Amino acid sequence: MDALLLQILNGLDKGSAYALIALGLTLIFGTLGVVNFAHGALFMIGAFVAVTLQRVLSLSFETIDPTQKDFLGNPLKVKTPYVESWFGPETGGLIIDWAVPLAILFAIPIMIAVGFIMERGLIKYFYKRPHADQILVTFGLAIVLQEVVKYFYGANPIQTPAPDALNGVANVGAAFGMDIVYPVWRIVYFFFSVIIIAAIFSFLRFTTFGMVVRAGMADRETVGLLGINIDRRFTIMFGVASAVAGLAGVMYTPINPPNYHMGMDFLVLSFVVVVVGGMGSLPGAVLAGFLLGILESFASTTWATTTLPGINQIIIYLVAIAVLLTRPRGLMGLKGVMED
Amino acid sequence: MFGLDKRDTGVLIIVALLALFAPIILNPFPTDSAMAQFNAGYPDLMQKFVIFGIFAIGFNILFGLTGYLSFGHAAFLGIGSYSCVWMFKLLGYNVIPGIFLSILISGLFALLIGFVSLRRSGIYFSILTLAFAQMCFALAYSVLSNPRFNLTNGETGLQVYANDPQWFHRDGLPDLPHLFGLSMRATQKIQVGAWEFQFNAGYYLCALIMLVCFYLAIRIFRSPFGMMLRAVKSNQQRMNYTGLNSRPYTLAAFVISGMYAGLAGGLLSAVDPLAGAERMQWTASGEVVLMTILGGAGTLIGPVLGAGFIKYFENIFSKINDNVLHSWFAFLPDGMEDFMVFIIHPFIGKGWHLTLGILFMLVVIYLPGGLVEGGQRIQGWFRKRGTKTEAKAGKTEPAE
Amino acid sequence: MGILEVKNVGKRFGGLQALSDVNLSVKENTVHAIIGPNGAGKSTLLNCLVGKLIPDTGSVMFDGQSVLGRAPYEINQMGISRVFQTPEIFGDLTVLENMMIPCFAKRDGSFMLNAMPMVSNQKEVLERAEFMLEEMNMADKRHMHSASLSRGDKRRLEIGMCLSQEPRLLLLDEPTAGMARADTNNTIDLLKEIAAERDITIAIIEHDMHVVFSLADRITVLAQGTPLVEDDPENIRGNPKVREAYLGETA
Ligand SMILES: Nc1ncnc2c1ncn2[C@@H]1O[C@H](COP(=O)(O)OP(=O)(O)OP(=O)(O)O)[C@@H](O)[C@H]1O
Ligand SMILES: [Mg+2]
Repeated sequence: MDALLLQILNGLDKGSAYALIALGLTLIFGTLGVVNFAHGALFMIGAFVAVTLQRVLSLSFETIDPTQKDFLGNPLKVKTPYVESWFGPETGGLIIDWAVPLAILFAIPIMIAVGFIMERGLIKYFYKRPHADQILVTFGLAIVLQEVVKYFYGANPIQTPAPDALNGVANVGAAFGMDIVYPVWRIVYFFFSVIIIAAIFSFLRFTTFGMVVRAGMADRETVGLLGINIDRRFTIMFGVASAVAGLAGVMYTPINPPNYHMGMDFLVLSFVVVVVGGMGSLPGAVLAGFLLGILESFASTTWATTTLPGINQIIIYLVAIAVLLTRPRGLMGLKGVMED
Repeated sequence: MFGLDKRDTGVLIIVALLALFAPIILNPFPTDSAMAQFNAGYPDLMQKFVIFGIFAIGFNILFGLTGYLSFGHAAFLGIGSYSCVWMFKLLGYNVIPGIFLSILISGLFALLIGFVSLRRSGIYFSILTLAFAQMCFALAYSVLSNPRFNLTNGETGLQVYANDPQWFHRDGLPDLPHLFGLSMRATQKIQVGAWEFQFNAGYYLCALIMLVCFYLAIRIFRSPFGMMLRAVKSNQQRMNYTGLNSRPYTLAAFVISGMYAGLAGGLLSAVDPLAGAERMQWTASGEVVLMTILGGAGTLIGPVLGAGFIKYFENIFSKINDNVLHSWFAFLPDGMEDFMVFIIHPFIGKGWHLTLGILFMLVVIYLPGGLVEGGQRIQGWFRKRGTKTEAKAGKTEPAE
Repeated sequence: MGILEVKNVGKRFGGLQALSDVNLSVKENTVHAIIGPNGAGKSTLLNCLVGKLIPDTGSVMFDGQSVLGRAPYEINQMGISRVFQTPEIFGDLTVLENMMIPCFAKRDGSFMLNAMPMVSNQKEVLERAEFMLEEMNMADKRHMHSASLSRGDKRRLEIGMCLSQEPRLLLLDEPTAGMARADTNNTIDLLKEIAAERDITIAIIEHDMHVVFSLADRITVLAQGTPLVEDDPENIRGNPKVREAYLGETA
């Protein structure tokens, strides 16, 4: 029982990432009718916002401490981050330590801006072009973005730890009399994504803006005929989707050190998630994201990998094929959306 | 000739001549000159031209004719490579069985993958093929390479080891891929003045196969089957209401293009007997898409041009480093020189992928019809100017 | 027994009952017109006949065989061809190629992998396509890109494509909509000729009463998804119910 719960928990963090990326993909696809192959790159850019912030905060100046000597007997050079010298070592250290959560504050405006620029600068011109062109141009953009990041940050994964206070493990089962030891940050990640997902859904459900967007997703032409400027709203939705992907990336950094190709790795799986959930269905995207995340975690247990080596690597694809053969429209796919 | 009309025969002959004399045409610069680095007439690169030409010709049969954009064709390339190396391991280094098996196995995989993916079209299809290819990559990279069952040899890549059976290997035969004893590496070097030309057996084998593939592609383009594929792209609804079942047509196109890809993969192993999983990655799938659209999707010659263009610049760009750049811009004042090198640096050497990505976007945005369309535009432009000047020169008779 | 027997067909789109209890019998070698106000469900009915939609209830028999559950291409191969309300042709292909495709479909069936023979050697198909183009008065446009044809020409091409298959039942959805008067008259003549000379049954949807009354042997009036009356043209003209259905819309 405990082990079972642990596996489910293990799947939640990856599942959350899938769900968040798939949610953004579906939003963009549903509103703009564009499949954005550069969406994974947005996730990756979010992660590197966190990396950058951590580096900026750790910028240091060197002083020579005459009281200490290094092993060669020379006076020791000591690095002190500017932040620590400005706010004092206590507060300064804390700020550096909390770089990842702090990055959220920076990521939101940055990602929205990136989304706006992408939509207004490129995607806009492709609404009337064939789908193949849309795929190709965003694919090219994805390559460019990831190569640029690689140029500045190198090819190796960059360690970006969570704040010390959230870095340990906790026995989450204790309250229920069970013994489930689990990293704290992953729990944080899960709740963070639940909050974001809830925010998006209530935004779409309870605001007029969201209602127009949903109506536009169902029938773009009619809404356009009503004289509502949906284009502008769709641009904003692109910004929102991009922010969601970016935040998912920021918070993911402590779980997996970011590298330049993480975006594409996640994108392919998120596409599968979207297909399994049902193209155009927001709840489907979230549901399938968590389901596949959990499934993957079960397939990663030692038992599974010894019986069927590598099953964890392909389980998602196998499930996708099975779903597609039995329910071509996906778990919660809408009739008429991408029928052909 | 060969049942083709005049124009197609002309194209085929031109391609054949280019392939035949490639070792000379591609080596315009004397061996010792500074420009020699821009030569492309050496076996490794020429083999890549024709092999990726085959890959792109096949991809074009699917994408160019039916409009179905597969993002997973590298999977078949990889499968072909593995199949061929397995034949080397089991039977011996003769390339013929390997090439046949690579076509066969990739065809089978294409049938399977196509059957599932073609239940959907448009974006869905692209995503599905991408997912399948990533799955094949995962299979090759880790799943099928474990001590109990090692089909792909994982990260190291599949290669021939001394203790492999190689049943038909005999003493007189080369210990490298060969065609009935003729080593793929066999190269005849001919010195002409300051130039050196290399005629390589592997290249000519691949070039010959490429010509056959090209010829078959022309036949397909001009056949009723090819017309049906264009009908699929144009209006699938009309097609279905005209009594034609589009599914088997697209599946056949998918399998054919998968076999082309497999053949290309097999040839890659035939000239260099090592198959690695990275050949199946999505970037490789993207590359063949780019080759096809860069050259001109749906045109006969486009994919061949595109493949040559990309492979040539990949090679050149990867070779250029900062030292080379400095020597190029040496004529500039120091500050300017450093600045130029600084600007260009990200795009060369390991930065080739960045250039590729930018190229990708530029082509899709500005030249969706590819080089062929670009050529036609320039031609049309010249013709217009030509008629204008003619009209000015003498108003006697209208231009024909 | 008619060649086409539609019994109790119903179709619902969400909250809209687009068709309910439609019964229709089309006799062989007649021209049967289906008329009715916009949104009456005429196109929906055709969609149920050609496999684009599957009705919720009822049956559709063609020549004694059920068409329900069959794919569109199978139904076409049974002998039903359809001209759509908005022209459906192969826009990227030339006019001649457009005409050849149905000829291939007729000769080779729903699928044939003839990837090695050349189109230019398919004498009988080429001849047939050329002949049909002559018939349709489009021979001079044979090498044009069909996307660049006028709307009327597109429709004529589509009719020609359907005719080249020699269907037993031809379904026409507003074939003269968007045509100039002269073209409309030409089309009427053509259809008359076809109906007279060939073994062909025609079901036609049309708003243009001139066309309807010059062609139809029998007329069904559809309103709000149900057949109102079915009768000979003379009787339809004066029928008060029909007037009401049409005028009720505008009044
Ligand atoms: N696929 C569909 N989904 C939902 N509603 C539909 C669909 N197809 C048709 N309808 C609705 O069914 C009703 C009947 O439509 P239909 O196209 O059959 O009318 P029609 O008689 O052909 O009209 P017109 O003369 O304008 O062509 C209309 O109200 C239409 O909006
Ligand atoms: Mg209608």
